[in-house]
Amino acid sequence: MNPAEKRSIDPASQAMLTRAAKEKVPTAWDRLEAMRPQCGFGQLGLCCTFCEMGPCRVDPFGEGAVVGVCGADADTIAARQILRKVAVGGSAHSDHGRTTAMTLLQTAEGHGDYSIKDEKKLRQVARYFGIDPEGKETRALAKAVAQAALGQFGNQEGELIFLKRAPETRQKLWRELGIAPRGIDREVVTALHQTHMGVDADYVSLMKQSMRTALADGWGGSMIATDLQDILFGSPEPLRAKTNLAAIKADKVNIVVHGHEPVLSEMIAEASRDQELLAKAKEAGAEGIQISGLCCTANEILMRHGIPSAGSFLHQELAVMTGAVDVMTVDVQCWMPALKDLTEHFHTRLVTTSNRAKQLGTHHIEFHEEHALETAKEIINLAIESFKNRQPDRVEVPGVEVDMIAGFTAEYIYKMLGGRFRPSYRPLNNGIMEGRLRGVVGVVGCENPRVCQGYAHTELIRELIANDVLVVTSGCSATAAARVKLLQPETAFQMAGRGLQEICEAVGIPPVLHVGACVDNSRILIACSNMVLEGGLGNDISDLPVAGVAPEWMSEKAITIGWYAVASGISVWFGDPLPILGAPGLTQFTTHDVDKMVGAHWSFEADPIRCAHQVIAHLNAKREALKLRPMMYETQDAAAG
Amino acid sequence: MSRIVTQAAVRGAHDILGRAEALYRQCMEEHEGRQAIGFPETAYYLPMIYSLLGEEISQLNQLEPILEYLRKDLCPPVPPADRLWLPYLENALDAGITTLIAEEIYNCLRYLLGTEPHDSTWHGFISDTILRTLGIQLVDGRMPGFAAIVGAAPTTEIAVDVVRELQKRNILTFLIGNHEGRTCRDQLLEANVITEDPKAGWDIYIVPLGPDTESIIYALNWAIRGALTFGGHKKGDWKACLDYTRARIFAFGIGLGTIDDLKYGSGAGAINMGFPVICDTEIPEIRPTGVCTYEELVRELDHKKIVPTAIEVRGVKVKVTDIDVPVPVAAAFEGETVRKADMQCQMGGKYSPAFEYLRMREMDEVEDGKIEVIGPDVDTVPEGGALPFGMLAEVAGRKMQTDFEPILERHIHTFINHAMGIFHMGQRDMNWLRISKNAYNAGFRLRHFAEVLRGLMMEDFPALVDKMQITIYSDVEAMQPALQEARKVWKERDDRLAGMTDESVDLFYSCTLCQSYAPNHVCVISPQRLGLCGAYNWLDGKAAYEIDPNGPNQPVPKGLCLDPIKGQWKNVNDFVYNTSNRGVERFNAYSLMEDPMTSCGCFECIVTVLPDGQSVMIVNREYPGETPLGMPFSTLASSVGGGHQTPGFLGVGRLYITSPKFISAEGGLPRIAWMPKELKEAVMERLQARADELEMPDFPTKIADETITTDFEGLINHMMAVEHPALTMTPLLG
Repeated sequence: MNPAEKRSIDPASQAMLTRAAKEKVPTAWDRLEAMRPQCGFGQLGLCCTFCEMGPCRVDPFGEGAVVGVCGADADTIAARQILRKVAVGGSAHSDHGRTTAMTLLQTAEGHGDYSIKDEKKLRQVARYFGIDPEGKETRALAKAVAQAALGQFGNQEGELIFLKRAPETRQKLWRELGIAPRGIDREVVTALHQTHMGVDADYVSLMKQSMRTALADGWGGSMIATDLQDILFGSPEPLRAKTNLAAIKADKVNIVVHGHEPVLSEMIAEASRDQELLAKAKEAGAEGIQISGLCCTANEILMRHGIPSAGSFLHQELAVMTGAVDVMTVDVQCWMPALKDLTEHFHTRLVTTSNRAKQLGTHHIEFHEEHALETAKEIINLAIESFKNRQPDRVEVPGVEVDMIAGFTAEYIYKMLGGRFRPSYRPLNNGIMEGRLRGVVGVVGCENPRVCQGYAHTELIRELIANDVLVVTSGCSATAAARVKLLQPETAFQMAGRGLQEICEAVGIPPVLHVGACVDNSRILIACSNMVLEGGLGNDISDLPVAGVAPEWMSEKAITIGWYAVASGISVWFGDPLPILGAPGLTQFTTHDVDKMVGAHWSFEADPIRCAHQVIAHLNAKREALKLRPMMYETQDAAAG
Repeated sequence: MSRIVTQAAVRGAHDILGRAEALYRQCMEEHEGRQAIGFPETAYYLPMIYSLLGEEISQLNQLEPILEYLRKDLCPPVPPADRLWLPYLENALDAGITTLIAEEIYNCLRYLLGTEPHDSTWHGFISDTILRTLGIQLVDGRMPGFAAIVGAAPTTEIAVDVVRELQKRNILTFLIGNHEGRTCRDQLLEANVITEDPKAGWDIYIVPLGPDTESIIYALNWAIRGALTFGGHKKGDWKACLDYTRARIFAFGIGLGTIDDLKYGSGAGAINMGFPVICDTEIPEIRPTGVCTYEELVRELDHKKIVPTAIEVRGVKVKVTDIDVPVPVAAAFEGETVRKADMQCQMGGKYSPAFEYLRMREMDEVEDGKIEVIGPDVDTVPEGGALPFGMLAEVAGRKMQTDFEPILERHIHTFINHAMGIFHMGQRDMNWLRISKNAYNAGFRLRHFAEVLRGLMMEDFPALVDKMQITIYSDVEAMQPALQEARKVWKERDDRLAGMTDESVDLFYSCTLCQSYAPNHVCVISPQRLGLCGAYNWLDGKAAYEIDPNGPNQPVPKGLCLDPIKGQWKNVNDFVYNTSNRGVERFNAYSLMEDPMTSCGCFECIVTVLPDGQSVMIVNREYPGETPLGMPFSTLASSVGGGHQTPGFLGVGRLYITSPKFISAEGGLPRIAWMPKELKEAVMERLQARADELEMPDFPTKIADETITTDFEGLINHMMAVEHPALTMTPLLG
């Protein structure tokens, strides 16, 4: 077996990994090998570096120290770390949300180069904030919405307004448990305080704050990011797009936008159509200017404009390996500092753009909303210059590119299932109630070189759809699924169970629906609320036959997402376990006891097929509790067989 | 494949939209933009556009923005691709609405050009009047649904079979469009099932609308008006209107023969309304549910199964009665008359002695199912002759009470009429029956009257009637003992009913039957004030509660009397408050002016105070003309209905007019200054009796009608001339 085949199931990745090996350029996979064996204490959550009496580590087998210097036991040490990770992950999404709100505010005040693209959504979001949009002029309304959104960050008392978009039963539960978040920033600060040396030593209390902080992300920062981006850049609707490294065009000036925030990449995409720049590119000998994305910045502009995605998280180094990337911009989150050395190996210019995300020695063009277009043009100019330095003999772009359908949102489902005049979730709920659909599962999350790239995502999804589970996907999971054609509608007829196939056929959808970037997992929360509201599937999200899975996760954001899903009533499966297994009380709480509290819990299963069947059993149990009919074709097949 | 359906529907939408646009341009060339357009006899303009888009289209050039909206916004520009398609269900549905609206515009313009209806043998647009009379049956369940047959059956026999299956279930059938030029209408004409007069079709539940697919809009813009008229939804509230048609109007399409693009487009439109389509050809199906209540598009190649399949798919609630008689039995035949020329034999009327009488017996006195005919049968009578007819129906049941006897007895009329080819009129010893030649030739004899009556009685009143035996007398001598007993009992019943007062009972009955379209309305039915629709009195409420204890008629204990004059009780107030969705806090049973009862919209008559502030007038629903208040019934009705309390306006049943409790808080009967002649004549007997009780024997003559005056000044002059008692009563206003 070619070693590259163990690292990725994607032929384009394999080609570039082979090239990297040949040219002795290290990648994440190589660095992981060099790192092994990885620290067992860290993996089990038993290492604490929070104060300078330590570092402390406690022995999972009871043979060494069982508590740290301060006396914190394994449960406290692991729980404090989880809470701190949740605060970090939530901060990433929420700071993204804040940027979006600031951009909306500037736009409303007439500064900068952006405009309001989705007025209807603006009016809808205004209503969520309790602002009556009647008779208000667009800009004035946008300003009020932006200010209200910004207010959510600094809110000290009461609770986040968007919690009201959850089913009432859930809202009541949050209040009863004392985990309804007050303000986005407040929960993070409280969380960090709680994890300071000598504060909270009760892992249940720490986990409740984890849920509260996570909810401030899911129903706060992330939701604000998603909604306000829809207002500014347009709400996605289904469209055709392509992914994989062939998005990088050997004959064009290539700008690869990487990271998570679409504010800059939106503008770069717009600037790439500038006639003057196009002429300049032509002059430099290029056929045009090609924008492609990586990671979640890719998902943002793919969902809204169909701009191709060059790949997911682990493609970032492999894209550079094509030798055809003239500029790679990075904004925030999930870009590897390794890119600096790697780009220097080629002609590629790496550009950092956020004042929060810099690297010594890397070219920095700081992005400010008010000069967005100017900055975008500067970057394209840089790319054209860089193109001139390209070494044609070193260009090697794998010719792999796959079609997909993307652009699904919680709002669009109404239209998808009823057109202009019968907008409704009814057909979805009916599909579940009648046993055509077993349930809906969100397969989301990162990639991790510890897992063969894309293997777990795609095996899991195939198994789920074969068992009549409708899959929604986001982030790098979506891109992985797209690479093996799972986001093509025709796939339903080859891989989906008969019931799911009938739904896909009736509606015209793929069996796997791409809902956007990882910050857009908030769309899944809204979709679940809508399902409850539509009726027939219980009174709370925790009654629904739904689940969330992150089979190849790696980032702290994934932990936050997992916790807000659980706190919202959606049980979650992770491939690698959370770093808690050394803490027996916390593990018991996370995987079992929390269910009694919020009606959902965590499970860990690395094998995607086994994981799929655990999820299926979970959906079946939820169906049984709802007294739904047996699966339509299972009974028929069983009767026939 | 649903994709193929969508592709066809989108092409169909483009086809009809293109033709509507072309016809519009032609009309704009031939007419002024201000040219009036519209369908005959409707207050709903172009009803589909009015309901869904909220536009009141009354002149030609108003169509321009609608067509533009269809072309630019609604109609999917291209059908879905064959690979890597985008979600297309929304396209199919939007193409459906485009098709319906384009069809409505197209046909409306054809009305302008005089090319619609197609010819006198096709019905074309359905008027509001028909909507009111038949639509009520459709929403209250008497008519379980309607079928729109589009196309033609492979043979005449199949066409007849399909239609008979529908008729048997009281399902109204519209005939629309053609298959390769042949229409289902032709087939039914050929088989003598229908006549060339399309309007006559209403009586037999088969109405040919038009020979082209576009005519489907007449069935659908009839149905959508139901949401406005009976659902009380507002124009432009498309969601409420379409939810209403899906929830309440049990319609479906049957496609016979090839389904072309326009038929697919029209079908997609019907599906938006919640009406599924069942076809007899190899079409792709759409089975996942949720746009319609159940499946949307289904094929059924076996014509024998097509109607049962359609009923199942739409979820139509049909009570199929299997009664062993040689003619079909269904409510669809209720309005049928038997003309003298078609008559084999008649009974009663002025032609022979006859009666019908229903009596409760003890359980052991009734042998269930026993039917006895005493005397000669119909085949002994020469064609066109008469035969004496006495029918004694004896029922027993654990929950049966003598109070229910008159209610069940009254149903003899309805039930006997359900038999095809049989005619029944009147009641007690004033009944009149006819058997048609067709029914006779099919084998209908005297005992079959009993079969029909027993079958339907057992089905409609299963809670009351456990056992039933029936004796039919055609021998005058033999019927005498039963007849004498009947006359004695009838008198007792009249006395008992007449003797009941609101004070003599502890319970009233509620009626919330109409909350489906007036959600805050509650009728409180007392012995002296029947329901405003005239159909339910106190005994009916009682019986209905016995029959269905969870139904819309609930007992309401009066509780503490808060005001005996105005008629207000504590428990009644509480009940009304809760069942009116907390809309009505209290109500006075006998007052017109203070917290009067609300109205749903079904009232037989409206009582309103006149501008003099002294007198009232009463106008009945049937009266179309002007009134001294300067408003016809229809205008008045809009200020009374909807479940709101409107002091000075009251919806009432006719019988309440002569009740001693008729607006007794304000002085009662002597307040009446004006009512239409027909109404006055209809209630005259009881009116006179009530006037006599009040020792004002000449009062009925003082009530003016439209032959005396229809304006207020004329009325005042008349009142002064006849010294109307209202003139000296306390003012109602202020």
